[in-house]
Amino acid sequence: MSGLLSTVLFVLVFVVLYQIGKASDYAATIRGEAESRKQANKALAILMCITFIFGMIGIWACHNYFKDMLLPISASESGREYDKMYSVTIVVTGIVFFITQTLLFWFTYKYQASENRTAFFFAHSNQLEALWTTVPALAMAVLVAIGLKNWFTVTSVAPPNAAVVEVVGKQFNWIIRYPGKDNELGKRDFRKIDDANNVLGMDWTDPHNADDIISQSGELHLIVGKPVKLLIGSRDVIHDVGLSHFRLKMDAVPGITTTMWFTPTITTDSMKRLTHNADFVYEISCDQMCGKGHYSMRGTVIVETETEYNKWMASQKAYYVANATPAAPTEPTKPAVLPTDSTHKAPGITKN
Amino acid sequence: MTNEAVLKDDAAVAHDAHHADHHDHEHHEQHFIWKYIFSQDHKIISKQFIITGMIWAIIGALMSVFFRLQLGFPNSTFPIMEKFLGDWAKGGKLSAEFYYGLITMHGTILVFFVLTAGLSGTFANLLIPLQVGARDMASPFMNMLSYWFFFLSSILMLVSLFVTTGPASGGWTTYPPLSALKEASMGSGVGMDLWLLSMALFVVSSLLGGLNYIVTILNMRTKGMTMTRMPLTVWALLFTAVLGVLSFPVLFSGFVLLIFDRNFGTSFYLSEIFIGGKALPHIGGSAILYQHLFWFLGHPEVYIIMLPGMGMASEVLSTHSRKPIFGYFAMILSLIGITLLAFLVWAHHMFVTGMSPFLGGIFVLLTLLIAVPSAVKVFNWLTTIWKGNIRLNPPMMFAIGFVSLFISGGLTGLFLGNSALDIHLHDTYFVVAHFHIVMGVSAFFGMFAGIYHWFPKMYGRYMNNTLGYIHFFITFIGAYLIFWPMHYEGIAGMPRRYYDFSAWESFKHFGEINVFISIVALIVFFGQLMFVVNFFMSIFYGKKLTTPNPWGANSLEWTTPINPGHGNWPGEIPEVHRWPYDYKDDGNGNDFIPQVTPLRPGEESH
Ligand code: HEM
Ligand SMILES: [Cu+2]
Ligand SMILES: [Cu+2]
Repeated sequence: MSGLLSTVLFVLVFVVLYQIGKASDYAATIRGEAESRKQANKALAILMCITFIFGMIGIWACHNYFKDMLLPISASESGREYDKMYSVTIVVTGIVFFITQTLLFWFTYKYQASENRTAFFFAHSNQLEALWTTVPALAMAVLVAIGLKNWFTVTSVAPPNAAVVEVVGKQFNWIIRYPGKDNELGKRDFRKIDDANNVLGMDWTDPHNADDIISQSGELHLIVGKPVKLLIGSRDVIHDVGLSHFRLKMDAVPGITTTMWFTPTITTDSMKRLTHNADFVYEISCDQMCGKGHYSMRGTVIVETETEYNKWMASQKAYYVANATPAAPTEPTKPAVLPTDSTHKAPGITKN
Repeated sequence: MTNEAVLKDDAAVAHDAHHADHHDHEHHEQHFIWKYIFSQDHKIISKQFIITGMIWAIIGALMSVFFRLQLGFPNSTFPIMEKFLGDWAKGGKLSAEFYYGLITMHGTILVFFVLTAGLSGTFANLLIPLQVGARDMASPFMNMLSYWFFFLSSILMLVSLFVTTGPASGGWTTYPPLSALKEASMGSGVGMDLWLLSMALFVVSSLLGGLNYIVTILNMRTKGMTMTRMPLTVWALLFTAVLGVLSFPVLFSGFVLLIFDRNFGTSFYLSEIFIGGKALPHIGGSAILYQHLFWFLGHPEVYIIMLPGMGMASEVLSTHSRKPIFGYFAMILSLIGITLLAFLVWAHHMFVTGMSPFLGGIFVLLTLLIAVPSAVKVFNWLTTIWKGNIRLNPPMMFAIGFVSLFISGGLTGLFLGNSALDIHLHDTYFVVAHFHIVMGVSAFFGMFAGIYHWFPKMYGRYMNNTLGYIHFFITFIGAYLIFWPMHYEGIAGMPRRYYDFSAWESFKHFGEINVFISIVALIVFFGQLMFVVNFFMSIFYGKKLTTPNPWGANSLEWTTPINPGHGNWPGEIPEVHRWPYDYKDDGNGNDFIPQVTPLRPGEESH
């Protein structure tokens, strides 16, 4: 019913507007073209001005609305640099934005047609053109310089003490593999994959695999302050490990291994307090279209102290023990999609 | 072909200079089919393109309304959607699969069918012969084929909406392996085959058109029309065609390989995949290769969409400010710069695919370089209206809106082009906001400016002004209201191509703003319908032109009769004596001097 009503309303508004349009054109003809065109021109110039002013107020209002909804302070070292660079770029582009938009609307208003004005014949000026070729070029040079410096830092080789964790995407969840006690990830082969007992296709003839630990719920545990290097892969289509709280992202591409390293600086618990949100959790979002469940391909990152991490690690069973030894009972797999909050509830004393 | 030879097969056209005086005898009526359907007249073909483009635009926009409803109201149902979409929206709720089908079609339709074929097809066809002083395109027959290939391609795309497994649904970029494997998604079935076939035909259409545009501009200019006397619209359309001709074949090759991977067991893009419970035999392919091939067109494509708008905005801003375009040569040079650089920046779409960081660095540099010619254009437009005598007609309003949106959207490109910033913003709503403003809405504004400006030339009537103004304000304000907040969502990391955000701790608090955006999108959609109604009503009932040159413009198209026949000029093609931007006192109280006016004694040509 309300659907019908709103449809009728819409049609009505539509017809009214259309009639106004027709009528005003007739009126213009009666009143005299030239006269009404002059009036319309003035009115439109004022309307453009008002649009501009409301636009600026709108930007301010929008800014206020979102102020407290954006991401909290970056939880990685490189992310801090990211935020700085972002601010610089905002300032540079912001200045250009306000100057050029103001000029555009101001000129529109100021130089509206009038009988007493003749347009100024001004076809070109080498100085002006040189000016606005070089100034943007210099501004770009600055932005490129900052950008490349950060880019080469973020993409640099991971420090040797970095922990190594593997993150593998599949439709539609993340599988995380930790190297276990030997600190070495074993070999794997996609032809050995079996959803029942070998989700990553680990090669059981490789002894390094025996102690590897797998989290099928996409829970990535990290130690605060310790660099970590992610080895990223995919079982099927392209996915993307999106870590917005760390200002990072890397595609997961079948057939190749991509990497990304960073140092988490704030534990999950600290972040809960920082954001005054008891439900806060670092989320891994899939950022590359991967099929119908793309929007639900969620993982979590739990940043914790070394003690907490070790405690958690000690409670984990090697995947081999649970799946490959004939006698061992198969561990019930945890829910694969959309796990709720982290199950980790260690007392919240952290340093960072 | 020469100008006269072009028309030799066409019985309707005997407006040859020699026969001008007795052409009535030879003017035997053409059959309706040859005159309006399989027409070879560039003006009719241009109308075919614009009307097909408008139909597509309405379909594409309606799709955005549907998926915006899902994004704004993920927990509600809209029974009316079931009427339109049937099983895809059972109980009035869009299924996830069809949501992805819709955004894929929406993107494909608007980028290719509306803003490439609809925009270039319309204005290159209409303006090139009229503005360079030619009777028609170099090959009117190829030109006709170009439209009919587009038409076939349209039909296939339309059909793909109705197959049981749904249309292609991997995004308009259709990355493999998702798009290559039927197991990966329902949309990768027949829908994807139809998509690929349709796009292949589209490439053919675009090449036939593009080659024709280039040859016509280079070879068929009238006497006195040197390259540097061409209006900037023609320059822009020339580079648009060059971009298309050089990059569409690369896309085509990418599609061919994809077709092979899908149907003939090759492994160009596939390697080490386990899907649908089994390991596939493919080894050694590279999924990234497709992305290189795709973006080698994909990036130039955004300039294929932008350049016609830039050209038309230049023309409109100059004409309605009654001032010459500022820096004509700088405008041409910046077009050249943009065209060259457009081929060298494609990998900025691939910063996070794991490509070599060094290569990434090079692409950052080249990408931000494009900002320089773009900035030159903006400042030149601003100087063009500075101290003008601005007539705020609907085309002028849209041209001003075009500049505003181009600035806003261009500036956010500096964030995305800088890999160190893109690493967080990539594939978030920041990208959606950026490309909608700069290539979606801004290009649309260029197109609207062109339509309002040249409608009198196309149909011999005016469009309704008041409706034009209402259309402008709804669209301009609406576009900013829709897309401005999306930047913030993107900065907060909200990913694009998500069907529902309510399960995400990090993104669920944007529910309220998503509602707001969806409501504005609905209003803007109805605002566009107002334009469509205005357009079609004006074709039949609009106020008739009383003078062939209603805007007081200089370029050649306004020297043709109000309703030119095939061949454009009844007599000889006029000769050109000056550049098209002599908006100055002609000595008789007019503030413009058409290109056909000989130089006055002592007057220097530009
Ligand atoms: C009222 C106007 C429009 C609205 C409200 C709108 C809305 C949207 C939204 C919300 C998305 C993202 C969906 C998602 O990622 O889940 C989208 C995608 C897209 N839109 Fe629009 N759009 C509009 C007009 C246009 C125009 C004029 C263009 C022309 C360039 C365009 C081109 C695209 C493209 C290329 C995509 C990406 C599709 C993909 O992800 O594969 N849209 N649109
Ligand atoms: Cu995904
Ligand atoms: Cu690009």
